Amino acid sequence: MTGSETAAATAVDLADGEWHRLHPATPLLRGGFAFVAIAGFVLANLRERILGFFLGGGPADGGGGDPIDLIVRRGLVPLALVVVLVVLIVIIVIFWLSWRVHSFRITDELVEVRSGILMRTSRRGRLDRIQGINISRPLFARLFGAARLDINVAGHDANVQLAYLSGRNADALRRLILQRASGSREAAAAAAQVEHDGSLAGIVTQRAREFVAPELDPQLAPPASVVVMHPGRLLGATVLHDRTVVFVLLVIAAAVLAAAAHMFFVLFGVVPVLLGVGSQIVRQFSRSLRYSIAATPDGVRVGYGLLSTNNDTIPPGRIHSVEIKQPLLWRPADWWEVRVNLASHSDRQEGGRRSSRILPVGSRAEVFKVLELVLPSIVDDGSRARVVAGLARAVSGDGYTGSPRRAVVLRWFSWRRNGFSLEPEAVLLRRGAIWRSLVVVPTARMQSVSLRQGPLLRMLRLADVHVHTVAGPIRATLDDLDAGVAAGFFRDVAAGAIAAAEADRSHRWRDAEARPATRSPEPLTGGTA
Amino acid sequence: MTDATEVPLAPRGGLDPVPGDWRRVSTRYVWVDLVGSIISGLLLTAAATVPFWLTQLTWLLLIPAVVLVIAIIVAAFTPRRVRAIGYRLRDDDLLVRRGIMFQRFAAVPYGRMQLVDITRGPLARGLGLAEVKLVTAAAASNITVPGLPMADAEHLRDRLVELAESRRAGL
Repeated sequence: MTGSETAAATAVDLADGEWHRLHPATPLLRGGFAFVAIAGFVLANLRERILGFFLGGGPADGGGGDPIDLIVRRGLVPLALVVVLVVLIVIIVIFWLSWRVHSFRITDELVEVRSGILMRTSRRGRLDRIQGINISRPLFARLFGAARLDINVAGHDANVQLAYLSGRNADALRRLILQRASGSREAAAAAAQVEHDGSLAGIVTQRAREFVAPELDPQLAPPASVVVMHPGRLLGATVLHDRTVVFVLLVIAAAVLAAAAHMFFVLFGVVPVLLGVGSQIVRQFSRSLRYSIAATPDGVRVGYGLLSTNNDTIPPGRIHSVEIKQPLLWRPADWWEVRVNLASHSDRQEGGRRSSRILPVGSRAEVFKVLELVLPSIVDDGSRARVVAGLARAVSGDGYTGSPRRAVVLRWFSWRRNGFSLEPEAVLLRRGAIWRSLVVVPTARMQSVSLRQGPLLRMLRLADVHVHTVAGPIRATLDDLDAGVAAGFFRDVAAGAIAAAEADRSHRWRDAEARPATRSPEPLTGGTA
Repeated sequence: MTDATEVPLAPRGGLDPVPGDWRRVSTRYVWVDLVGSIISGLLLTAAATVPFWLTQLTWLLLIPAVVLVIAIIVAAFTPRRVRAIGYRLRDDDLLVRRGIMFQRFAAVPYGRMQLVDITRGPLARGLGLAEVKLVTAAAASNITVPGLPMADAEHLRDRLVELAESRRAGL
């Protein structure tokens, strides 16, 4: 199970449009956790018996209801062994069959996976609808040198999953698929041929190298990450994050209640919650320790993870909205976090989850570096000042149209900051005075826009504007604007979305550059020849 | 589709971001909406009596009473609310409006439509009505035009699909 069978098949061969099988260890890796857990359970229960068997002496004669004692006493050992053997054979046959029928193909237009022994399933995704490709390597799979390729197609839990591939191929395949999706036609030439050393020592060193390398293929190693995550700052940011503060306050409250008031029953309700939140904080912290973000020709690559690694390539134009926000206690340090809404997100919790947090913590300068990668058009000359103003206190003439003074009834502190700025390429929504946040929705990605007013807002002559973007953690809404201003904003956003969508070509992001190249031999004005 | 009544669409003091001619939906849709609001009103009233049944406290009967009054008001305003539903096909986007107390306007560019659905409930089918529903990549869009006569609904759907095809964009 070393993956040497698939080693001969390079990424180009895998993407030739024929059906291919996955890494031979796939069923083991997929059922991996259950398998290890069962083996561990059995071993833990039989530990003493096995020790006794090898060291002599044996266990005290089983008078109890231990099923193994029962089997030994009744002389059923051969039968029991046969049963165990049959079960093992059945499992192996099922594994083998499921590997046989699990196959995928990648053509110029689509990627398709079919699997299942009794329930046949087949999933295909169109390459030009790809929202990102995620390579994740759970710890267990890393030991086998295997990686999982998640091709995210727009939709809820609509990813086509190639699990598992030989790790070497996963990176090359990702680049190949992205190249095909980008509309450039010279994909095949670029496919990487990775040397394979068949000897045992070679395999071992390769595994070791793969294990430490952030990227499997050195040729594909990205330019240095534009943001360097200092462990000290990450620790500080984690400690000062709102969630951690709430967590600590809860712990103190629970401890005080339990100790002072002898209300121990409080612990029963609180402890599970605390365990959940605490583990989430720790996981977030450890995931972010090896965070990296870099630009590649085919999109932004975001890497996460310490033991189980995960890195995600998001092609241009796949980011539907961006939120830059600041937990309250981060303000003295001027730290911010950046989140994005993507059109695809999977429900799977198993390690390979796509993170919406594209920058866990960063200084203002780093936020702009990240914005340059994810929304290059936003941070050019004119709009850059707007983004800066969006992160600051509201001052008159900063380019934002805010709520009127009468909105103070509903927005006690934030009515000044609550405002929008409409740029040609994006809508900027600035919200919150205590918890500051700035939402950027590229107009070319906006789905629709709505204007709302209830009876209370009508009395105050206010209205809400909701910009609809794909589902995700960010809600691009701006409440309590002046009714007339909101109506104008609604009209302008609707018109801006149409103009931007017509100019947008990012679903085939390299089409524009590929076309002149292929057409250059023939004269552009064919009629005159 | 020419139930031209002279009642203005916009309530006094309300929003009217895009003044102009709105296409209205069939007045027969009042019946569909009315039956729907009566049924949901009765169900909600029944559900609101649960605290009373659990505790036998008489004053808790106030909750279902209030719910019933609200339901009756909602039902009474049905014709007005149905008249407030409007839609308009502009050059590049579809505008939809709903509501009088709670007004909602939405604009969807044709290129953003992922699919167009026609749905018909049992009552609407009896009255020959159908609902056209637009799906975009954003779940929040939730744009529907209810109460269209079947032929009009099919025509609208075909027109929208045709427009969406001609302006097809990425997501």
